[in-house]
Amino acid sequence: MIEIQDFLRTLGTNSGYWNPLVWGVIIAIALLIVYIIRGRGKREYKKDSEQTKVFLSGNPELEKEAMHVKASNIYWGFMESFKWLYKGLDKMHTGNVSDYILWYVIIIGIFFIILGVI
Amino acid sequence: MSLEQFIDSLIQHSPALIVAIPLIGAFLTPLIGKINDKVRNGFVIFIVLFTSFIVFLLANDIYSDWGKIHTYVFGGTTALTEGGFAIRILFEVDGMNIFMAIIASILAIAGVIYSWAFMKENTGLDKYYTLLLLMIAGMFGMILTGDMFNFFVFLEITSIASCALIAFWTNKGKSVDAGFKYIVISAIGALFVLFAVAILYGQYNALNMAVLASKIQFSFLDKIALVLLITGLAMKAGIVPMHMWLPDAYGRAPASVTLILIGATQASLYAALRMMFTVYGGKLTTTMNQIAGVNIDLNLLLGIIIVGLALLTIFIGVLMALKENDFKRMIAYAAVAEIGYMILAIGAALTTVFSDTGAATGYMSLKGGIFHILNDALDVGLLFLVAGAIYYATKETSLNRLGGLARNMKYTTIFFLIGLLAVAGMPPMNGFASKLIIYESTYQVNPILAIIAILASILLLAVFVKVFHSAFLGPKLPKYDKVKEVPKSMLLAMGIIACIIIFIGLFPDLVVNNIVEPAVNALTNHSSYITTVTGGI
Repeated sequence: MIEIQDFLRTLGTNSGYWNPLVWGVIIAIALLIVYIIRGRGKREYKKDSEQTKVFLSGNPELEKEAMHVKASNIYWGFMESFKWLYKGLDKMHTGNVSDYILWYVIIIGIFFIILGVI
Repeated sequence: MSLEQFIDSLIQHSPALIVAIPLIGAFLTPLIGKINDKVRNGFVIFIVLFTSFIVFLLANDIYSDWGKIHTYVFGGTTALTEGGFAIRILFEVDGMNIFMAIIASILAIAGVIYSWAFMKENTGLDKYYTLLLLMIAGMFGMILTGDMFNFFVFLEITSIASCALIAFWTNKGKSVDAGFKYIVISAIGALFVLFAVAILYGQYNALNMAVLASKIQFSFLDKIALVLLITGLAMKAGIVPMHMWLPDAYGRAPASVTLILIGATQASLYAALRMMFTVYGGKLTTTMNQIAGVNIDLNLLLGIIIVGLALLTIFIGVLMALKENDFKRMIAYAAVAEIGYMILAIGAALTTVFSDTGAATGYMSLKGGIFHILNDALDVGLLFLVAGAIYYATKETSLNRLGGLARNMKYTTIFFLIGLLAVAGMPPMNGFASKLIIYESTYQVNPILAIIAILASILLLAVFVKVFHSAFLGPKLPKYDKVKEVPKSMLLAMGIIACIIIFIGLFPDLVVNNIVEPAVNALTNHSSYITTVTGGI
């Protein structure tokens, strides 16, 4: 039978511990503080008025599809910066099953050398 | 026979039943399917639930006694025949086996429930469920067997059934292509495993893992067998640079199949661990070489190679995931990165667990790695089910064409968020608990390892933020106006996994102490395995 204290015990990691329940309580307190601060803000927001319309620096709103940032555009800068790395990775991922086997043979070779077989 | 006697008898024969029930169920499925689809679906879930019930019964028996090993010998009561020949096939279940069997059971239950609605529109479902049960039987066989050749047979059963299921959507060229790649990779991996088994049998006249572990000399041929076993199984486990089949297979298979395929991949990883820690366990501290007066032991050498492969696996997995725009292939690359975390912990453990000073760190690292096997199966599995749900609702997998789905698919979005947080290792999810152990223990081995692991985890979060934004957020797209939430059975399957994720996240200590620790103990306690299984030869 599992005792209640087993549920509440923390996860030891040799150099520290982790207790999700304590974390949950702290997060709940933080959210409460956020809610209280939010409650002290201005109350000028009006639903279904001009305030709620999309504002794009005075430009008209585009079609819904055009407004959505596509997946390939997210992290565009990251991809551009690491183009050199991705070039190599793309070369590695040929989709050719013969190349898959070649990598396997290379790894066997490395293991053989390191373990002193050859 | 009283109920108690019946349960005892069930536990006694459970290792055989866990494999036999889905196997028999597989062959009965086409016959039951002749009655009608509902009866067949009911039959399949009954088979899976009953098998899982036996797994949990056996787990309860194993966990009731610390270090217990349940041995089931076919055609006898002892592993050895008169005259001392180790020719009897046996299944052995210790903390590690049952840990893997529990994972396989959860995935199998969720996979079958998810299939009801997800595969409903397809034809040939009798064949589908037959193959699914065959795959489950093969997976359990790989996990439970204590015999090397038997392991090879189950590896082949799993591979063939998996290949057919990956290519199940035969009207899609890419699925057939992925199935072909998978069978080529599996056949070659299994061939080298068979070659290694033959080398060991030729030398020691035995196929029994425990007998081999007690006799192994670490000769030149044993070294070849070790390399063939580790590399063959590493390829099946999707370790970089032998991972390339994985995004193809995971990405093109039906989501329900992908979920169970994760279990099959992890069964290969388990087998690699079993070979290293059990079959070759006694020789891990064998001195291999002396460089500048420092002794290099086998465990250190293996550990360093595995850590190197792990770092490659994490980085290439996460970088490719960041670039990918296909929902399922992206998750598949993230799964590759997650495998990297497991082997990072295992590699770090190998370098320290046998030393006098670092044994505690090594033990903790191994604990983190094993715990992460469970968490990875659940987290990545849930994300694949969500990807399947999106495909079911929109018939689309390209993230460039998706958007605004959170407005129509509220529950699926919540499940995705749970999976996202868990796989990225965000508190309080289960992924955080295992990654925390991995970070802290690898930091003690070498701080660079922990820094790289944390950095990759941040990138992994970036990967899924991209998915969340492109598929679920943004304005409601007119083409998805009529998209509805997926059927209840699919939600139920996702819900089961999500609940387990949250439970483990909230009570990680309970899982680590009761399930993970016995698994780690079973792996590191090599001599107890030999004496218990063989009766001390």
